[in-house]
Amino acid sequence: MLSIKNLHASIEGTPILRGINLEIKAGEVHAIMGPNGSGKSTLASVLAGREEYEVTEGEVVFQGKELLELSPEDRAREGVFLAFQYPIEIPGVSTTNFLRTALNQVREYRGLEPLDAVKFLSLMKEKMALVEIDQKLLSRSLNEGFSGGEKKRNEIFQMAMLEPVLSILDETDSGLDIDALRIVSNGVNKLKSEKTATIVVTHYQRLLEYIVPDFVHVLYKGRIVKSGTKELALELEEKGYDWIKEEVDSTATV
Amino acid sequence: MSKDNQILEDLNSKEYEHGWSVDFETDEAPLGLNEDIIRWISTKKEEPTWLLAWRLKAFKIWQAMPEPEWANVHYAKMDLQALRYYSAPKQSKKPKNINEVDPELIAIYERLGISLNEQKRLQGIAIDVVLDSVSVATTFKETLGKLGILFCSFSEAVKEHPELIQKYLGSVVPMTDNYYAALNSAVFSDGSFCYIPKGVRCPMELSTYFRINAANTGQFERTLIVADDSSYVSYLEGCTAPQRDENQLHAAVVEIYAGAHAEVKYSTVQNWFPGDKDGKGGIFNFVTKRGICAGDHSKISWTQVETGSAVTWKYPSCILKGDYSIGEFYSVAVTNNYQQADTGTKMIHIGKNTKSRIVSKGISAGKSQNSYRGQVQVMKRAHNARNFSQCDSLLMGDQCGAHTFPYLDIANPSAKVEHEATTSKIGEDQIFYCNQRGIATEDAVALIVNGYAKEVLNQLPMEFAVEAQKLLALTLEGSVG
Repeated sequence: MLSIKNLHASIEGTPILRGINLEIKAGEVHAIMGPNGSGKSTLASVLAGREEYEVTEGEVVFQGKELLELSPEDRAREGVFLAFQYPIEIPGVSTTNFLRTALNQVREYRGLEPLDAVKFLSLMKEKMALVEIDQKLLSRSLNEGFSGGEKKRNEIFQMAMLEPVLSILDETDSGLDIDALRIVSNGVNKLKSEKTATIVVTHYQRLLEYIVPDFVHVLYKGRIVKSGTKELALELEEKGYDWIKEEVDSTATV
Repeated sequence: MSKDNQILEDLNSKEYEHGWSVDFETDEAPLGLNEDIIRWISTKKEEPTWLLAWRLKAFKIWQAMPEPEWANVHYAKMDLQALRYYSAPKQSKKPKNINEVDPELIAIYERLGISLNEQKRLQGIAIDVVLDSVSVATTFKETLGKLGILFCSFSEAVKEHPELIQKYLGSVVPMTDNYYAALNSAVFSDGSFCYIPKGVRCPMELSTYFRINAANTGQFERTLIVADDSSYVSYLEGCTAPQRDENQLHAAVVEIYAGAHAEVKYSTVQNWFPGDKDGKGGIFNFVTKRGICAGDHSKISWTQVETGSAVTWKYPSCILKGDYSIGEFYSVAVTNNYQQADTGTKMIHIGKNTKSRIVSKGISAGKSQNSYRGQVQVMKRAHNARNFSQCDSLLMGDQCGAHTFPYLDIANPSAKVEHEATTSKIGEDQIFYCNQRGIATEDAVALIVNGYAKEVLNQLPMEFAVEAQKLLALTLEGSVG
């Protein structure tokens, strides 16, 4: 579904990603872990099409299409969803109104009729139950005055509404207490299917107890330096990142 | 909700869509301005001598006044002698009702999306349409007449209800008030008049639609709204003009009188031609609007959405004379390209326990300049006066300007006055967030701007709110990305 080959990206001339290679198939959950500043969030942003990052080399093929050639909105319409680490506030625009605009533009791109108010509302009701979100929250201004947990839950709710093919969760666990973490993870798990894939970007193993990954990759200095299964995450939890850093840094100097 | 989406879908034109003009036979005054022209206008309108005398007095006052230069706008001054002060479509006889109006004129308004056919009109809005210098039609007169509501053109009111006109004309905006008000008093050609009798709640929105068609013609209309004790009326004003290379002058006066326990809501969606992308042409909109809450417990509420005009100079104000009276001002002013707007309000607290509320939302894009100018004055005997002002500015791009000029003049120590101001930019992160959910950039801007202006748009009657949302989006198209 997603094939990343030798991806290099920089911000204001500083290279952040230095040759990422990653293959993701439908039905899989991949966790991207790594120490602070290793490029995890950059990878998520580059896939979503954030303009500040300049791709200097490499290619990304998503369902047979050159992802990097698509505008951010077309990537979204093709089915790429990014759950933001820091969701953005839009004063005066309710989540409901925002999602209705988004969903209908996505549907239009896919050649579908826009949803009328009744169908839209019933879809909302269905998805609200999935992430245990309160309707009151959805009529408030998007993310404005939301608690950390409410923002993340709202991200997953949006994901449920837009039914993406590839979901990228960028540090969705940060700032969540254990109950919120459970609710958010349950939502993600219920949305998983054989046709979709998930990339979970996280610093901690904690989230992976709830969203169990098929593969775990460790990002360091802009490269994937180690890949494994969920056991790798446990090992990292126990030993920290230093042993990997040492391993990489010593081979680099040889 | 569904309307929002409809609006977004409707956005396909970047051009000013009302820029066309129509050729028809007109009855015009010669170019220029002098006493003879004023006499010419007055004769043309078959006015009584008291009104001619009033005009001539205003003209004398105006001649002695300098053109104001204090506003934060820059433009080449107009040659007022090169303008025409009266232009009216020729009609063989004066239409008695809407069915007798020249179909050609009706067609103009159909093209603007305004149907004058009462059967076709949406329920609930009566309309007076003013083309260049004259009112061409007023709908629903009979329905309103049954309630004792007078709604007609200003000229007709002068003939039919001279006692009301003599009593209220210039009572809120005196001819000496300012340069443009004096000019308007001298040369005004038509406008709307409305009177709501005691205790009557006007069952429909009353509306005036202004259109400038002729070239080199100034539009100087006057609107007078009198709401007698315990009455209520909601009034709407809309306007457009053809796209022309030269600047055109619109210098209107609006006066509102509210008796005890009366309430008047006045809403404007201003869409005069703003000039082209290089700042050529466009309307100079120099307007004086003021209401007086004359009776106790009266209320006047101004809502304006300003999207058009090359230069706007406009401060709808409230004189809060009655005890417990309330004044409100809700404004969204959008400027793009080379537009300049200097707009705001004046709240003058005279009575006890008077309250005012100001919500101003400026949006600047392109190379435009957008200024809020507001005055809150609390007089000595205005015990317990309250004011709340919120002035927000939204900037798009880095070549535009937003300015705030609040003036406070407090002469009573019991007054409570609050002023809040914010300045923000449409963030790239906000747009990216929308993009990431599949929303195209232009639609994202429309969504964000409408959200920003929501508090003001919510004050508008439904039909107008939709129109206003569309306009906001259209005005800002192409200003990002």
